[in-house]
Amino acid sequence: MHVLKGIDLDIQEGELVSIMGASGSGKSTLLNILGILDDYDEGEYTLDGTLIKNLSETRAAEYRNRMIGFIFQSFNLIGFKTAVENVELPLFYQGVSRRKRHQMAMDELEKMGLKDWATHYPNEMSGGQRQRVAIARALVTRPQIILADEPTGALDSKTGIEVMDLLKRLNHDEHITMIIVTHDPGVAAQTNRVIHIKDGVIEE
Amino acid sequence: MRIDIDTYHELLETLLRNKTRSFLTGFGVFWGVFMLVALIGGGAGLKEMLSNNFEGFATNAAMIWEQQTTKPYHGFRKGRMWSLTTVDVERLRAQVPQLDVVSPIASKWGVQAVNGDHKYNCSVKGQLPEYARVEAPTMYYGRFLNEMDIAQQRKVCVLGKRVYKTLFPQGGDPCGQLVRLDSAYYSVVGVNYAGGNMNINGSADESVVVPLSLMQRAFNMGEDIDLIAITARKGTAISDITPRIREVVARAHDIDPTDEKAVMVFNTEVLFGLMDSLFEGVDLLIWLVGIGTLLAGAIGVSNIMMVTVKERTTEIGIRRAIGATPRVILSQIISESILLTAVAGMSGILFAVFVLQMLELGFTEDGIVKSHFQVSFWTAIASAALLALLGVLAGLAPAARAMSIKPVDAMREE
Repeated sequence: MHVLKGIDLDIQEGELVSIMGASGSGKSTLLNILGILDDYDEGEYTLDGTLIKNLSETRAAEYRNRMIGFIFQSFNLIGFKTAVENVELPLFYQGVSRRKRHQMAMDELEKMGLKDWATHYPNEMSGGQRQRVAIARALVTRPQIILADEPTGALDSKTGIEVMDLLKRLNHDEHITMIIVTHDPGVAAQTNRVIHIKDGVIEE
Repeated sequence: MRIDIDTYHELLETLLRNKTRSFLTGFGVFWGVFMLVALIGGGAGLKEMLSNNFEGFATNAAMIWEQQTTKPYHGFRKGRMWSLTTVDVERLRAQVPQLDVVSPIASKWGVQAVNGDHKYNCSVKGQLPEYARVEAPTMYYGRFLNEMDIAQQRKVCVLGKRVYKTLFPQGGDPCGQLVRLDSAYYSVVGVNYAGGNMNINGSADESVVVPLSLMQRAFNMGEDIDLIAITARKGTAISDITPRIREVVARAHDIDPTDEKAVMVFNTEVLFGLMDSLFEGVDLLIWLVGIGTLLAGAIGVSNIMMVTVKERTTEIGIRRAIGATPRVILSQIISESILLTAVAGMSGILFAVFVLQMLELGFTEDGIVKSHFQVSFWTAIASAALLALLGVLAGLAPAARAMSIKPVDAMREE
């Protein structure tokens, strides 16, 4: 079944882009392809000069690990690991030494203002804190892009605004490319560029 | 996969997160290994115990003894009583060249052995030194009969273990002391501790052995003997020469050479063959039950791991999304399976070794281990290797399922 029917999209380095669309519009599929979570049949997807197509599971895992940071609506932290352990996990898979990855994870948490929460488990934290842990986890590998799937979807409006401010600041200060999938016009309005997708086709 | 402290930490953590489940699953493997190792050891010990009954007994031996005739022959009616004599021994030696040892035994029941005020009702057996080659004695003190005892008609005797313990309750070397058998005194030359339970006119335990010729005279037996013990030369099966043996003995006593009841030839070969096939069956059963139980345990592990993987779909999906390769997931699941089986299995081996050691201690008498129940070091190593293999196999199916989890699944499963 063809969900996407012709996407011609170019996102520059350092851009803050949002993708909007109703459910079933194909935005999740697009995000999965961008995140190398799913393969595609036709066309080309080039990420930082690398053609991403028909990768083996192992290569896909490696690219995901090094080039992409994910932020999910439901945070997707591992419940039995502490905040710092969660942030360390991508580095663990990269083979970074124990001491070094702990240091890097702590630095990242500190930037999120969560230094004191490092040894707490996700269920001991508020939604906003959890999402910031997830952002720290996404950033710790210094990825080319951050893919955020409804990052404020599970948060109350006040925390949602805080998280958006954080993402904007990261984009502005550290020039991290960000793609945010959302159906909240308020969120989309805060990005530099909004891409509307409907029935698998882009209508900007 | 990177191997560092966190890898182990994570393994332990996942197993300890559900302690009861891990414990119960592990118990299946524990019990399987325990059964396997304990059965192997127990089987070997039992076999040894049974073989002990035939200990020291030549495997190609036979006993010949007299019984009432069952067939009329040479004008004699059936039902006649006859007796083996010392001459039959000479006949057999001369006419059946395949025989190695031909050793006559005379015996008498209910003889009172007396040492001071200690008494024992034993059986006395008259034997020749060469009988030691049919049923090997285990000399605890002194020696067995020798040729000089026979030649000089010495009044000497060898005590069986129980006779010795009753007559000399204080212990110590009885050699040189005098023991009265009915009305005559005999000098003790040895104590035979042979534990065999082959009952040749009274077990070795409860009998006193004296030189044959002396016995025939002392108990007024003339040339009569009760039994002839024979062994065949190497390469000859007793069963092949049995008809010839019977014929030689029968002809001299006017007995039908086909009368199998009159001249009994009891072949130990048959007995040993029977025991061998019995133990082949027991061994097969042991392996069947042991391996079966162990497999059931391993399947239990596999089953529980399947459930665990299903439960952890989201977690595994997250891991995949942030860069865990399929191999990392695979090795994690298999490591968990190996760790669980290994820990449970090693405890099983330990427990089995402990139980077997207790059994062995229970069967030790006078510092002599009667039966070895303990498994060998290499059996234990082999079981451990088997466990590792089972651990991998048990982890395969759950690992395959875990590998099939796509990162996208993590996000859908909420």
